[in-house]
Amino acid sequence: MSLHRRSVAELAAGLAAKEFSAVELARHFLARIATSNPALNAFLTVTAERALADAARADATRAAGKAGPLTGVPIAHKDIFCTDGIKTSCGSKMLDNFVAPYDATVVERLAAAGTVLLGKTNMDEFAMGSSNETSYFGPVRNPWDLAKVPGGSSGGSAAAVAARLVPAATGTDTGGSIRQPAALVGISGIKPTYGRVSRYGMVAFASSLDQGGILAPSAEDCALLLGAIAGFDPRDSTSVDVPVPDYVAELQAPLKGLRIGVLKEFFAAGLDGPTGALVEASIAQLRELGAQIVDVSCPNLPLSVPTYYVVAPAECSSNLSRFDGVRFGHRCQSPRDLMDLYKRSRGEGFGAEVKRRIMTGTYVLSAGYYDAYYLKAQKVRSLITADFKRAFEAVDVLAGPTSPTPAFDIGAKVDDPITMYLNDIYTIGANLAGLPAISVPCGFVGGLPVGLQLIGPHFGESRLLAAAHAYQRASDFHRRVPAAYA
Amino acid sequence: MSLTRRDVEAIAHLARLEITEGELPVYVDSLSKILSFVEQLNAAQTGTAEPMAHPLEGEVQRLRADVATETDRHQKYQANAPQVASALYVVPKVIE
Amino acid sequence: MNQDTVRDGWEVVIGLEIHAQLATRSKIFSASPTAYGAAPNTQASLVDLGYPGTLPVLNGDAVRMAVKFGLATGATIAARSIFARKNYFYPDLPKGYQISQYERPVVEDGSLEILLENGTKKTIGITRAHLEEDAGKSLHEGLANASGIDLNRAGTPLLEIVSEPDLRSAKEAIAYLKKVHTLVRYLEICDGNMQEGSFRCDANVSVRRFGKTEFGTRCEIKNVNSFRFVEKAINYEVERQIDVLEGGGSIVQETRLYDSAKDETRPMRSKEEANDYRYFPDPDLLPLEIAPAFVEQVRATLPELPDEKAARFSLHHGLSPYDAGVLTSSRELADFYEAVVRELGGAAASAKLAANWVMGDFSAFLNRDGLEFGAARVPAAALAGLLRRIQDETISGKIAKEVFELMWADAAEADAVIEAKGLKQITDTSAIETAIAAVMAANPKQLAEYRSGKDKLFGFFVGQTMKATQGKANPAQLNELLKKLLGGP
Repeated sequence: MSLHRRSVAELAAGLAAKEFSAVELARHFLARIATSNPALNAFLTVTAERALADAARADATRAAGKAGPLTGVPIAHKDIFCTDGIKTSCGSKMLDNFVAPYDATVVERLAAAGTVLLGKTNMDEFAMGSSNETSYFGPVRNPWDLAKVPGGSSGGSAAAVAARLVPAATGTDTGGSIRQPAALVGISGIKPTYGRVSRYGMVAFASSLDQGGILAPSAEDCALLLGAIAGFDPRDSTSVDVPVPDYVAELQAPLKGLRIGVLKEFFAAGLDGPTGALVEASIAQLRELGAQIVDVSCPNLPLSVPTYYVVAPAECSSNLSRFDGVRFGHRCQSPRDLMDLYKRSRGEGFGAEVKRRIMTGTYVLSAGYYDAYYLKAQKVRSLITADFKRAFEAVDVLAGPTSPTPAFDIGAKVDDPITMYLNDIYTIGANLAGLPAISVPCGFVGGLPVGLQLIGPHFGESRLLAAAHAYQRASDFHRRVPAAYA
Repeated sequence: MSLTRRDVEAIAHLARLEITEGELPVYVDSLSKILSFVEQLNAAQTGTAEPMAHPLEGEVQRLRADVATETDRHQKYQANAPQVASALYVVPKVIE
Repeated sequence: MNQDTVRDGWEVVIGLEIHAQLATRSKIFSASPTAYGAAPNTQASLVDLGYPGTLPVLNGDAVRMAVKFGLATGATIAARSIFARKNYFYPDLPKGYQISQYERPVVEDGSLEILLENGTKKTIGITRAHLEEDAGKSLHEGLANASGIDLNRAGTPLLEIVSEPDLRSAKEAIAYLKKVHTLVRYLEICDGNMQEGSFRCDANVSVRRFGKTEFGTRCEIKNVNSFRFVEKAINYEVERQIDVLEGGGSIVQETRLYDSAKDETRPMRSKEEANDYRYFPDPDLLPLEIAPAFVEQVRATLPELPDEKAARFSLHHGLSPYDAGVLTSSRELADFYEAVVRELGGAAASAKLAANWVMGDFSAFLNRDGLEFGAARVPAAALAGLLRRIQDETISGKIAKEVFELMWADAAEADAVIEAKGLKQITDTSAIETAIAAVMAANPKQLAEYRSGKDKLFGFFVGQTMKATQGKANPAQLNELLKKLLGGP
């Protein structure tokens, strides 16, 4: 089997067996990037030199008998993670000239695990978008159909993994930004529990919702990589000091007896029929594999999108105030005065969607509107969280679709923010409540992948990964690669 | 909620964003739609629900030991700065 | 006019917001050092610069210090308080928001007593004290039409102490300000250095007609960096507001800057537009929970507070409330005084003597030379040595001043100076009598006049005899012997 068709776990095994070296592996993927990236636009920066140096070091580590499970595995980082000495653009003109002077914790940990960095991936500007069309550096294309979006905001990571330009990549998920693109390109993507993965060095969009995670072909790959990035970080006050289980070992937990709740609200109006049918079929397959299926309801869940579109813009409006043209980032030409410096630098540096969200957030926090919008949304957020908590008293895992439709055409929704926002209708709930969730491929509609989403209780990653792994042992959707990239 | 041009101008000013004349109607329209959309929250019976600022219940702020470990790295940090003079970040004159 | 006389029919209402930089080694949310005076931006870390992706982690000692202040002012320590973001754009504010506390501060409902000039005490309410981060500094010199930003100060922990509008004159405001200043230094939570900006004050000032219960429109005066300027700024502002109101105008609520060179306040241009700070809970920080055990741990570190110390000095040392107040105005002064008393055996009888010397010559010399207590040329033990010689009548109080000056100059012990200069008091009756006899013999005319009833000349004989003994005659003995030998007028 050609190198790029192997999963992370298989590549790791090949490296361990010295079937190929890390340098050979890095060269293989760098060559694929060179060939395919121009059309896909998945990578913003390719760090070829760094990759070969990392790979050589990995081989040396292995020769010295000190290799770990991920030593020599090539990866890519979403361009939202700060990488010391490497441009970190966040998909924005604002940071087109920005070279981070430090490594994010996630970057540091994957480097320490011996992975090889191939580059930084494209994304919606400041992670605000569900289609990767808001990137200042142009849209990413879906490897299954170049006219379609790959989803967002981690669209570059998703497309790169789907086209096997890299075995796995990091992503961030504020409202579905790992799971939705994973679903739309037919790979696996996990958003861990809020606080499970350090946010230090991850450019903030909405701090109480953002969480870093992994996009990779299989749940097993996600388990391997999540184990490397998860864990307490004293530099992040919201990082939780809970021991990290051995996710790989726990993949073997039996599906038998697992209570899977089917969320009524996830199968309501708005869900594309064929998509829903595939998701239902995958749930039926889980039942055949031994899981117990239970109908559950989270009555406040339909309010998750409006709640999110108050909370996330509010936090983003404040988080993005630091981009003021003074210490880093874009500065306008010849500012007349301080006000002009601020307004033009920010007006020029941010794209339309980012500006829209900053303004929404500014409005909902401003005097006279705070209670009606922000405080109200915070209260609804606690209702939604309470719904989930109640549901998890009856079931171990919740199941449903990741996205209401398969990938849509580039340009189809850009002019209508509400329609675009509704793409995240099934993913946002987990962010609001801080729950872990995974999307795994569960079939195709008209040649486009569809994702099954599993949501777990706080720190229930092992359970999600084990359920997904059991499903993937009985299915092969996660092994499929678009013909052009086979 | 329907916003006026003046509303949007005021918000853009508060957020320090330059919005061109051409862009203004687009934002008036989309921001009005977004606000109308989120107003469905008004119908929610929130009763005595506590506002939730953070997804992890029961977690509290950790305290750091008072130790100064950072060292001077201003040259590296200022490599990203648009304008620096004598190690100061330069901006148009600040009027107090 | 008398600065403290409120103009006819007007009452002044003042509330102070004091910003005390907490004396931590590192910043409130980062591990950068907080030392004053470093080269620009050498103490500004990624977190302080607001670099994308960086996050705040709270300094435990800043919390301890805030709790300490709360306990010292009888305040409520919030079991749970919240950090909030105050959003506004300013070049010295790197993140575009200041992390502060808004709806739920760490300290609430405290108070302090101040001593008014008429000797009565007044309680000033402390609404709240909250933790927040300081901003950087904008520098305007040396750049053409531009400013330079130094972010070394950004992220330094501040305790903002907000008083109730209980102050009714500039004098009261100063008394309160000094009280807080003394307290934070006692508690060792702030060095109190106003020149370096470690202790700053904004004053909210309004006036109203006597008898009115509602407050007038207030102005906030910023940038007052000494006790004297606070007083002058308030007095200027009071006059300005009364002038405006008496002229038929009205006061605009605004932020004004005190210009010490011109001794006036003027509106701050940067604060002209109405503020909309869009406070909301900082999602990067979790609720700050302070357990009772933590509070008790901090309580155990509380020193004796100035008021407690002053009360003890009054009760056990018999000092007047005024003297006790002066001696406890700084912890070092009080400690020095107590060290002297301790050296003298701790008796109340020694206390008044020690108090007079510590407040008098000692403080005067210390101030003259601009020295800290630790660097005093006459340490507590040496001063006690001198006072002991007054007590045992080796020297008189007058000679003691001379000895003290020499001790200060040469860092010498009292006994050595007395010995070397031969300043030992003469207590030998026959020696004093001999001297008196010589003076009487040399001044027959005066003696005759005295004896014929001109009793004012007694002083003349005291003076002459003292002169003859180089001031060393024991004054009490001299008086007694003179009366005997001169005979009555």
